[in-house]
Amino acid sequence: MMNYDQFLSKKALDLKPSGIRKFFDVASKLDNVISLGVGEPDFTTPWTIRDETIASLEDGYTSYTANPGLLELREEISRYMKRKFNLSYDPESEIIVTIGASQSLDLAFRAILNPGDEVLIIEPAFVSYAALVTMAGGKPIPVPTYGENDFKVTVGQIEAAVTERTKAILLCSPNNPTGSFLNKDDLKAIAWIVQKHNLLVVSDEIYAELTYDDEYTSIAAIPGMYERTIVINGFSKAFAMTGWRLGFACAPKPLLQVMLKIHQYTTMCAPHMLQRGAIEALRNGEEQVEEMKNSYRRRRNYIVHALNEIGLPCHMPGGAFYVFPSIQHTGLTSEEFAEKLLMKERVAVVPGNAFGESGEGYIRCSYATSLEQLQEAVKRIGRFLQSLGLRTSQKKTAVGNI
Amino acid sequence: MKLTEQEMELLAVLEENHRQSAETIAMQMQISPEQVNAMIKKLEEAKIIVSYPALIDWSKVDGREQVVAVIDVKVTPKRGVGFDEVAEKIYRYPEVRSVYLMSGTYDLSVTVEGKSMKDISRFVAKKLSTIDSVVSTTTHFMLKKYKHDGVIIEGKDDKDRRMVISP
Ligand SMILES: Cc1ncc(COP(=O)(O)O)c(C=O)c1O
Repeated sequence: MMNYDQFLSKKALDLKPSGIRKFFDVASKLDNVISLGVGEPDFTTPWTIRDETIASLEDGYTSYTANPGLLELREEISRYMKRKFNLSYDPESEIIVTIGASQSLDLAFRAILNPGDEVLIIEPAFVSYAALVTMAGGKPIPVPTYGENDFKVTVGQIEAAVTERTKAILLCSPNNPTGSFLNKDDLKAIAWIVQKHNLLVVSDEIYAELTYDDEYTSIAAIPGMYERTIVINGFSKAFAMTGWRLGFACAPKPLLQVMLKIHQYTTMCAPHMLQRGAIEALRNGEEQVEEMKNSYRRRRNYIVHALNEIGLPCHMPGGAFYVFPSIQHTGLTSEEFAEKLLMKERVAVVPGNAFGESGEGYIRCSYATSLEQLQEAVKRIGRFLQSLGLRTSQKKTAVGNI
Repeated sequence: MKLTEQEMELLAVLEENHRQSAETIAMQMQISPEQVNAMIKKLEEAKIIVSYPALIDWSKVDGREQVVAVIDVKVTPKRGVGFDEVAEKIYRYPEVRSVYLMSGTYDLSVTVEGKSMKDISRFVAKKLSTIDSVVSTTTHFMLKKYKHDGVIIEGKDDKDRRMVISP
């Protein structure tokens, strides 16, 4: 038997296997599973966007495009960033179209990190961040946040984690997995500390459109922050285009041009015909984005109330399509809870520790599934809690004041 | 009638699915079930919510297959009452499923349901064309319903193609 380890990259070998993967393997083999484990919209891409893409194939848009993407698309992205976030990016030099927000994140870290540079990652966090930082030669530094504080990072926590090797801080609001949302005041406080320590911000704003209660502010719009922020966004979540693998990054020219250099060697460009569809999404998709958003908001309201009612304490998240209820009172670990729930009641959720240690004691439930499925899932989870000998609370919490 | 944002949202919820309990709707809207019921009552009384019909595909039920025709009707409007009087005359027939006043080359679009083509021909010949102000009719038989009132009758299966768990 050949020893392949001798050939493989040590860095790659040492990456932690994704906690989600493990669960996926079990859940996908079972029947009759209701999944609250899906990190993507339950809508298919709006028809006009698909239609435009089909037409672009018929018209023969099958060549490469410019490395940063079609100028027409970058111009649309520029208008979109202005319209939504009041940010001005030059379509010629400050915008790049990538293979999902995922590739934008990868490019950002590869562009800014030297070996040993530290990146603060606010946890619980999207599973890819730490691995991306590591592969880019950096060192991910987890900064845990807690339910008591709505999973918001405090200035004190950042201050305590900063060293002279700290290069950047990675923010994600609304957050996957907690749904936590940073408002303008939160961002101002973070901006202050970022400027004080001369750091960069990589701001993952993929869920920006899916913000339900407050107006969204991009940290790049806080005075003094445009210069030091790489904004990452994309089409996956708001436009229900996950499988298209299309995202984009916006940053000041000196940062973006280095990202672009890496992109042109590794990827050349995002697929041409799909970029044509993305133009249509930005031009004519707003109404449908709004409709999908309203639908998520109602489901969020439902699931938060319903979970609290059956005795799973859960705060009202400001955005994305996840709730992150606490399961600490069950005495089970996140993984035990998720595993037992799956085997006993066939409801798939993701254990909170898959998103970092501070996610232990929580589970991530995605509500991007039909209301009927959510109702059935709540029923099953309630039964599961009862089987653990935990009385589900009979008292109806007054609607409207959680 | 000017509606509040909440009333507008309630209409959107009901239009999508009106068979939800007031409790479920209340949870989605972050208000109380009593408020939901009160709003529904108000909207019903204002005839903004007109009714809650079930959309039934009778073509699947043995012995209940229907023949449907859309009839373009040209009429001479009456002084003072315009088209309303003739429209009323037409919509009173139980076999008439819908009547719309149209712009363009004809005036009223009338949908009629019957058990057979003969049924419908009889209705057109004996009832519709004999109405005084009706000048002419053109009958189109419907061959297949693909989409009705925004609902796709029998589309490609809309199954969930997502993986069970994803990041
Ligand atoms: C926080 C976060 N960032 C980035 C991504 C990746 O998005 P994309 O599909 O655009 O690569 C996801 C997808 O789950 C996410 O949740």
